[in-house]
Amino acid sequence: MAVLNPRHEEGLFYVLAGIGGLVSAIGFAAALYMEHSGHVVTGMNNQIVWGLPHVFAIFLIVAASGVLNVASMGSVFGRVLYKSRAPLSGLLAIAMLSGGLFVIMLDLGRADRLIVAATHFNPTSVFGWNVILYPVFYALVGVYLWTMMERRMNPYSKAAGLATFIWRVVLTSGTGSIFAFLVARQAYGTALLAPMFIIMSFGWGLAVFLVVQTTMYAWNDMKLPPLILKRMKNLLATFVAATLYFTFMLHLVNAYFAKNIAFEYFILFDSEFASQFWVGQVLLGSLLPLVLLFSPGTRDKVLWVNVAALLVILGAYYQLHVFIIGGQAFPLDIFPGYDVKSSFMDGAVDHYSASLPEILLAVGGLGVAFTMTTIGVRILHFLPQDDLAELEAATRATD
Amino acid sequence: MKLLRTLVTIFAALTAVSPAPTLAGEGGRTAKPLVEIANPGKCVAPVDEMRRNHMEMLKHQRDRSLRQGIRGEPASLNACIECHASKTSGSVLGGKENFCQSCHSYVAVKLDCFECHQPKARFKAAGLKP
Amino acid sequence: MSTPENNPRRQFIAAAGAGVAGLGFTVIAPGLHLMAVGEAKAATEARKAGSAASPVVRWGLLIDANKCAPGCTKCIDACHTENGVSETLPDARQNSQWIRKIELVDRRDGRVTQLPMMCQHCANPPCVDVCPTGASMKRADGIVLVDRHTCIGCRYCMMACPYKARSFVHAPLTEQNPEVPRGQGCVESCTLCVHRVDKGQTPACVESCPTGAMTFGDLNDPASDIAKRIASVPTTQVRSDLRLNQAVRYQGI
Repeated sequence: MAVLNPRHEEGLFYVLAGIGGLVSAIGFAAALYMEHSGHVVTGMNNQIVWGLPHVFAIFLIVAASGVLNVASMGSVFGRVLYKSRAPLSGLLAIAMLSGGLFVIMLDLGRADRLIVAATHFNPTSVFGWNVILYPVFYALVGVYLWTMMERRMNPYSKAAGLATFIWRVVLTSGTGSIFAFLVARQAYGTALLAPMFIIMSFGWGLAVFLVVQTTMYAWNDMKLPPLILKRMKNLLATFVAATLYFTFMLHLVNAYFAKNIAFEYFILFDSEFASQFWVGQVLLGSLLPLVLLFSPGTRDKVLWVNVAALLVILGAYYQLHVFIIGGQAFPLDIFPGYDVKSSFMDGAVDHYSASLPEILLAVGGLGVAFTMTTIGVRILHFLPQDDLAELEAATRATD
Repeated sequence: MKLLRTLVTIFAALTAVSPAPTLAGEGGRTAKPLVEIANPGKCVAPVDEMRRNHMEMLKHQRDRSLRQGIRGEPASLNACIECHASKTSGSVLGGKENFCQSCHSYVAVKLDCFECHQPKARFKAAGLKP
Repeated sequence: MSTPENNPRRQFIAAAGAGVAGLGFTVIAPGLHLMAVGEAKAATEARKAGSAASPVVRWGLLIDANKCAPGCTKCIDACHTENGVSETLPDARQNSQWIRKIELVDRRDGRVTQLPMMCQHCANPPCVDVCPTGASMKRADGIVLVDRHTCIGCRYCMMACPYKARSFVHAPLTEQNPEVPRGQGCVESCTLCVHRVDKGQTPACVESCPTGAMTFGDLNDPASDIAKRIASVPTTQVRSDLRLNQAVRYQGI
């Protein structure tokens, strides 16, 4: 991308921020409409109670935790190349978490009762824990950013980074536990989900970071050194492979239980979710990115690495769609050994199609994250700048 | 400048001429809510105490009724509605004189109760087949 | 200088103890409760005004699926009339159903049974564990309720319930029964007609069943009909493998 004339560049910034703001505002308006008319205007019902807004919200929340991993690699694990990237990853974490919380809090049936949620605390509920986990996360990331960007506070960035890292692990394990604690659902109810969500967060967060970093470099007419590109794409590939492994184990072990075979057959072979799983999540979201990240023709080209990252994000959408909505579409097995029928869709597979207000709200969350990132990188110094000599020295030391 | 002065003069004149918006109609410059008391008489507590404390009374009593199952408490919302529902509309909502709505509109405090509670007195619900 | 009379630590412990006793029970962990020693129990007579629900009583239902008539929906009609459940939304899947008839066909031999299914009023309710605000609660006498004053409509309890007992109110309501407040944006489920039980009556479904398939009573009272029947005939709790210890039991499945 050629260097823009500064006036045009500024104009383009305002256009982008404006579009992001508009998308967010439309999402908010959709939420107001849902709150006024009730959820009757959505595609969610008494069988599929969490829909598209939750798919987007959980992606943003999980990826927000994961994108901070880039900073943790620098501060906690001492990897030099990630240190200059830490502030950007902190900003992205805050922006994406805000987008995710925007969607999930506005989708509540009684969104006007958020103050009740903040003041009534059930210690056995993950949602209750989140009321504490999320605000403290914001505070920790804020402090962490401060220790990195204020020179006098730099000595404390390692401690702040460690605290944030630990908090992140707790928070994302909590997000996985939301589903792990559902005792009666065949799609969920397994301890594997907590570590799986951590690994998913690493992959999705790094994919988002790569795309944002590339965009920022292009805007500023900078080039990412091949050494850094190689390191980051290898890391992305590792996380994608790990997520694929967890997915495989999840379905393998679940299918081993005779009581869950019907569900596994449904989700993997005999439903609308089967193609989303195999083509969306596995092929496009995992295998194709791995091919792109390792093939000699594409692995060292910024364009193809970014295509791989975008495919990972697309795969995340399909993964969450299958996981959240597919898990609810299959009926609860209340009477094992019986075929059941009722006026409340017992025994029947449900079909979910998102309505316009839900789609607008979900996309509004993306808008919030985008707008906050766009404005943040304009105002403060988030652009990663590398000291190549230092980097090469560190590489030689560790190789 | 001259245009501005003209506009201000016209505006001041109109304000002086138009009647002050009082609902109670007893003179004075502050609008007061017109509250229809359908059944005047003895309430659960004196009027001043009710005005100031009815929200706290209802809030604590709802937890005692619902969470602890204590019935027969004095500040039952249904009892309030039975007594205070308008004789014309049968409800404590719906018009600007109706009991709950009049004061709450006046002080602009949102009434959350009637999202769930039935505002019409002596209402008989009818169900429908699924 | 603190003396034994005005020692702040003693005062705190005394106040905390009084507070806990006032609550009637203490939650130690999900599913574990310290029960307070109760007062005089109430059977199916109205509980004295001003007295709290007591853990000495445990309300339950026994449903005989053998007596449940095919095609009969009197329990559903009675429940929905009593509780003011009357909305018909364009998408029927969004309508609330507090109780429903399920037709079961045994896969092994094709035997057909029907039974009404509602909130099972578990002793270890998953819905109570997951509710972020504590709106989903278990009353001292075992009835599981939603406190709609604190429900924020997150639907987590609906995900957690193994019996699909809970419904979400998708639209604004105006035709509620004054004794059964329910409203848009909150989650709800069978309340065992708690407003009737507290007056000494039985739930509407039980009263309306023409074949007498449903029995209501105090599970803790060995002299009650329900306790005697459970002691004498085999009964099951649905999905008993989950160890939720429901108050609703079935006979004939």
